[in-house]
Amino acid sequence: MSRPSDRVLGFTLLAAALFAATFVDATLQRAAHEPALQRTERLVEDLRLSDLVLFTEARYTRHLTQADLHSAFQDHPVALEHFPSGSLLPPPALLLDRHEPLDREAAPSD
Amino acid sequence: MLELANIRKAFNQGQHNEYWALKGIDLEIPPARVNVLKGPSGSGKTTLLTILGCLARPTEGRVRLKGEDISGLPERFLTEIRRSTFGFIFQQFNLVRGLSAIENIILPGYPTGTPRARLVERAEALLADMQLSHRRDAKVEWLSGGEQQRVAICRALINDPEILVADEPTANLDSKLSAEFLAILRRLAEAGRTVILTSHDPLVVESEVVDRVYSLRDGRLIEVVDTRRAWP
Amino acid sequence: MNRWIEKQRHLIDFTASSLARRKGKSLGLLVVYTLLVFVLASVSLYTHALRNEATRVLAGTPEVVLQRLIAGRHDLIPPGYIEKIGRVRGVQKIEGRLWGYYYDSVLKANYTFMVPNDRRIPEGEIVVGPALERSRGLAEGNGISFRAYSGELHTFIVSEVLAHESELVNADLVLMSEPDFRRFFAYPDGHYTDIALWVANPQEVRNVGLKLINALPDSRPILREEVLRTYASIFDWREGMMLALLSAAILAFGIFAWEKAAGLSAEEKREIGILKAIGWETGDVIAMKFWEGFLVSLLAFLLGYVIAYIHVFHFEFALFAPVLQGWAVLYPSFALTPKIDGLQVATLFVFSVLPYTAATLVPIWRAATTDPDTVMRG
Repeated sequence: MSRPSDRVLGFTLLAAALFAATFVDATLQRAAHEPALQRTERLVEDLRLSDLVLFTEARYTRHLTQADLHSAFQDHPVALEHFPSGSLLPPPALLLDRHEPLDREAAPSD
Repeated sequence: MLELANIRKAFNQGQHNEYWALKGIDLEIPPARVNVLKGPSGSGKTTLLTILGCLARPTEGRVRLKGEDISGLPERFLTEIRRSTFGFIFQQFNLVRGLSAIENIILPGYPTGTPRARLVERAEALLADMQLSHRRDAKVEWLSGGEQQRVAICRALINDPEILVADEPTANLDSKLSAEFLAILRRLAEAGRTVILTSHDPLVVESEVVDRVYSLRDGRLIEVVDTRRAWP
Repeated sequence: MNRWIEKQRHLIDFTASSLARRKGKSLGLLVVYTLLVFVLASVSLYTHALRNEATRVLAGTPEVVLQRLIAGRHDLIPPGYIEKIGRVRGVQKIEGRLWGYYYDSVLKANYTFMVPNDRRIPEGEIVVGPALERSRGLAEGNGISFRAYSGELHTFIVSEVLAHESELVNADLVLMSEPDFRRFFAYPDGHYTDIALWVANPQEVRNVGLKLINALPDSRPILREEVLRTYASIFDWREGMMLALLSAAILAFGIFAWEKAAGLSAEEKREIGILKAIGWETGDVIAMKFWEGFLVSLLAFLLGYVIAYIHVFHFEFALFAPVLQGWAVLYPSFALTPKIDGLQVATLFVFSVLPYTAATLVPIWRAATTDPDTVMRG
């Protein structure tokens, strides 16, 4: 007779094994990523980069830390930018359309 | 085997609706016999049964099991005694719905920590004894009344108790099933187990398998009759 | 000891079959519970790993970047400025940086144009980041034209695409030679965008910053430690935002779980009465109920965490990335390095397993201490 607790404990054990496996996987991945991370660190040093490419929607947020002293949404002149505008949602299509003629005018003909 | 001395039991003691269900009972249950507590409803027979079965404590008086006073023992020890010495069959059978017959039978063995294989083996032997092996894995709610009762008997016997306690066991059975049930009790008593049951069913009280009848009325024992002409 | 283990296994048997009896309800609870742990674990794993990656990668940025301000706005560094800094004590190395933004109206995205100091790029050639390769379909040897602010078109040949593995920092870069850069933006000779500084003694960075402001009152030094702190606070801010949004869901689940765990149905009460009558002790009933609460919540924690781990580190956090990373036209595609904070996992464990287990035990206490003879008395 198959025992109910066998199934429950077996399943829990399996889940625990997967849980443990995530830590093994994390260690392996860390080792695998290490060379690339080191190369990235070198690149940052060589090119004198200062910011991540996470917020490219506006010039004053692409390089968050290199903003003007009084830029939009800054807490305080001494505080560095950390509230990227429009960061949760892209701009509405309606507004984009309004800029379409302007964009066409400025666009290169390539 | 089991002796009661001047047992009194009150409900709602100290309150305005205080009620004495038992008003001084002395009796002795002999071993390996079928004993019946009989009386109209409200006579206190079920209350007396709960005290005999260590399910409840008397308000006053002593309970002696094999000469040892157990009425003053703490709850833990009482549970231990109840588990090892008594098996219970309830009027509504009180099987746990959703579980199979065999799972119901081995339930009382859980707290003892007996290995499951041994519990199952014992339960299977009991089921075979009751001609119920084919219903082993059926959920209890799918069993007939008679089958449910036999499962309840198996459950009462799983821890191999010396005393079997049953409350109105035939209340939900027809005459034929009642007769079968009484035959089972007879067998158990002959095998050395003490059986105590309550009933107001004449079929039970007057049955020839019964050894002794205790009549109760208004919380008092009014008569004890040994019904079997010849003791085996 | 063996008896004890056997007994606990019996209790788990019972718990397992009673859960199986209410399959729909139990499974529903487990799914919702797992989902909640999944969301919480995803957010905290991702935030921790990203914060960690940012700190690690940006550790090599210049110790001080000096901007010049005019009327509170960033302005170009005029000739002679760098020489003035040379006289500030403690400064080890000074370099003018040349970089700027270019808005590409085809993609409606901003690129970062930059003159590298570590390599010579021949005139007419550019090195581009992987995002340009992806979105503009560029490859080595391709030509691309950009329209300068003066209106004229400049055509460049792509000589190299930067490594994909570093997308987090190089995705939108366009590297070009200094003459090209100055011609394209009509950048005046001798001027720079800003200045990168290195300080000999790391403990002196703050002092050097102060000295720079004293010597050059129109300057604004940005320290590396400020940069790192800014990034840490961005992700904290976003994590907090996410958790605030989630708090309603957490609360709702709390009520649901409490209701489920703490409320005993008549059926369950009857069962407990039966168990007591057939010889179970109060402690046995409570232990049985403990296993129910503990196993359900443990399972939810383990499954939720494992799914969250896979989601964050193998599926690039696809579900919540926009909320935590921010929105952008040019999106870097990067695989985070798994960096797990043990304390964070332990906290998650405690907060997901303990309250539920406790909630299952509260009502059982009263039910389990009822007298066993109640079953007989109907």
